[in-house]
Amino acid sequence: MATRLKDVDAVMVGMGWTGAIMARELTKAGLSVVGIERGPDRVPGENFILPAIRDELRYVQRLELMQDNSTDTITFRNAAPEQALPIRRFGAFLPGEGVGGSGLHWGALHWRFLPADFRIRSHLRERYGAKAIPDDMTIEDWPVSYDELEPYYDKFDKLCGASGQAGNLKGKSIAGGNPFEGPRSNPYPNKPIMSAAASLMYADAARSLGYHPFPAPVAITSAPYTNAEGVALGECQYCGYCNRMACEANAKASANTTVLPKLRDEPKFELRTRAFVTKLIYDKHGKKVTGVIYTDMRTGEEYEQPANIVVLSSFVFGNTQAMLLAGIGEPYDRATGKGVVGKNYCYQFEAGAAAFFEDKEWNPYMGSAGVGVCIDDFNGENFDHSGLGFFGGGYIAGGPAAAPPIAGRNVPHGTPRWGAEWKQATVKWYNRVARFNTQGSVYANRENFMDLDPTYKDAFGRPLLRLTYNGTENDHKMSRYLLAKLEGVIKAMNPTHYEMHPRPRNFTVVPYQSTHNTGGTMMGANPKTSAVNRYLQAWDAHNLFVMGASVFPQQHGYNPTGTVGALAYWAANAITSQYLKSPGHLVHA
Amino acid sequence: MSAAVDAFIPADEHSPSGTDCGLVIFIDRQLASEWGGGAKMYRSGPYHKGKPEQGYQLALTPRQFFQTGIAEANAWSRKTHGKEFDRLAPADQVAALKAMEEGKAAFAGVPSRMFFNMLLSMAMDGFFADPAYGGNRNAASWKMLGFPGLPATYADIFEEYRNKRYVAPPRSMADFS
Repeated sequence: MATRLKDVDAVMVGMGWTGAIMARELTKAGLSVVGIERGPDRVPGENFILPAIRDELRYVQRLELMQDNSTDTITFRNAAPEQALPIRRFGAFLPGEGVGGSGLHWGALHWRFLPADFRIRSHLRERYGAKAIPDDMTIEDWPVSYDELEPYYDKFDKLCGASGQAGNLKGKSIAGGNPFEGPRSNPYPNKPIMSAAASLMYADAARSLGYHPFPAPVAITSAPYTNAEGVALGECQYCGYCNRMACEANAKASANTTVLPKLRDEPKFELRTRAFVTKLIYDKHGKKVTGVIYTDMRTGEEYEQPANIVVLSSFVFGNTQAMLLAGIGEPYDRATGKGVVGKNYCYQFEAGAAAFFEDKEWNPYMGSAGVGVCIDDFNGENFDHSGLGFFGGGYIAGGPAAAPPIAGRNVPHGTPRWGAEWKQATVKWYNRVARFNTQGSVYANRENFMDLDPTYKDAFGRPLLRLTYNGTENDHKMSRYLLAKLEGVIKAMNPTHYEMHPRPRNFTVVPYQSTHNTGGTMMGANPKTSAVNRYLQAWDAHNLFVMGASVFPQQHGYNPTGTVGALAYWAANAITSQYLKSPGHLVHA
Repeated sequence: MSAAVDAFIPADEHSPSGTDCGLVIFIDRQLASEWGGGAKMYRSGPYHKGKPEQGYQLALTPRQFFQTGIAEANAWSRKTHGKEFDRLAPADQVAALKAMEEGKAAFAGVPSRMFFNMLLSMAMDGFFADPAYGGNRNAASWKMLGFPGLPATYADIFEEYRNKRYVAPPRSMADFS
């Protein structure tokens, strides 16, 4: 029997970006907040320090900061008739664990979605005709517009000290930035990260073809910066250790570096780590969640934490699983297309290329996520899809983020993987490779979804979440189109040799591809077709707010975290300015 | 194991051999580590072979898988070449490794290609990891690549070395501890 703890105003289930932002905003409004995190605490200055943090084997290969799959995982199959099997160690995507979550080990690419992305279904119908969208493509308009979200994007920029070049300032076009972006109310807080040599070549080649290159926007400070919380952030050192690592320079933004330094000092806030939430306590008649049940992993004791507001701020999989287990919202039924929870699972459709330059000599281990250059000419509705046979797109990036020695070596295809010839090629090419990436959208399809697995259980005996996903013909066509455009730019760079890396037909759980999993608790204007409303409030539990990319109706051609952060501020504002005055449904269907 | 890692990383003007770089001891330590023991791995049944798209589906930890793979590689070597792998002539060892790499070596239980891939990836992990782990003795692979290791703070020189090789003697975590 769980020990019942003292009531608090709000409880966060997960302490990554969204849990930390929400906890901070609610404590500012005077609420008492408990943050529950399944993993360990992770503290800058204690855990992210030289020399131990520069350990590629430990962090990149052995996945130090990632979820412990011995406690729980998900099961996977490509299509509904198949038997789903557990992903025994995560590979294609790597959700984080511990304070900071996936927002600690991320690459920190910092994007906004396009204004048209937010009304994609309406936009496609208007532009290509009422019947243009195939029946099985279950994309939806967002229930919030770019303009509504813009102040919150801006707020998140200033929390992170984001670096980049504005391309559209209050409607005015700015040279050197992304001409396709929505209007920004302010420039990036910091100037762009310096571009790598290969990125500058890519920019020239792209420009020669009439495209519009600009430096990759990142949540990494290019100069020392004091953020909106008054926290002093560091300066990027171009160390090359961004992905799967934490930043010892306090330059790559995470909840740990930007919000938690203030939140930890807040007397109204309490952080409980190694505490695993196993259940939302749902009062179906009252349409409320009265609290959560969690296990203290240090003692094995079970606790009930009652709260007036419950914020589901775990990863996409945890959020969806928690709602399905609690019976909040109707589970999605693939056969009928009815139901909402688990619906519109999407991914990021990335594909890339490598180009080899015999006459160059670079230092590929120096870098940061921000040393790349991007073009946005083939993203979203920035280009005409008439006659192309697909919808969607993505940005196309050139220039390596960084190439650490274990994971960052490329040799031309056809080179043996070992032995004298491999060694020779490795020595020859390590310093002469440019890498490229296309960040393709995934437009929701009725066949791709999540539900509870009928067979496999986690360490607590709860059914695992089951993922049914495969790449659609639409997305494959989109990806091939982006790769063809990329190939044109690479040719214009005149490499000695290059190779394109198209996606395999079927999605596979290894190797690593992207941790941009989205959907499952999608937001929408209608409770029949969405799990949460425009304020991320569950339609079926007015005091439950669901954060993160699980609320995306589909995934667009950008990294998701910028929008995840903006939505957290947007929802926090709805709670503090509306919900607290009159707790109840903020939207009446 | 020595024979395999020396076939992967032969001694030449770029580096000493895999064995001389410490890869055998590195692999032993990795298998003895938490990772080798299946830490952070979901191990509950039921077990099914599944599709390749579904990834590793065996009940075995990396350590158990590897032990099984070694025994099966030797059994296969005895059957097809008359002796165990480490006693084959170097050219035959290379041929045997290629047969495993292509999945043509018929092991009794675990797939030979899967065993080969694990062996190769552990060897590469060790050869390119921080020398503190023992498989990249004297930072041999880092010297070969021109990788300076730690502390990796390049903000002041990033522009200067944009199109020019930066050279610095590699330094390990151990040099800062």
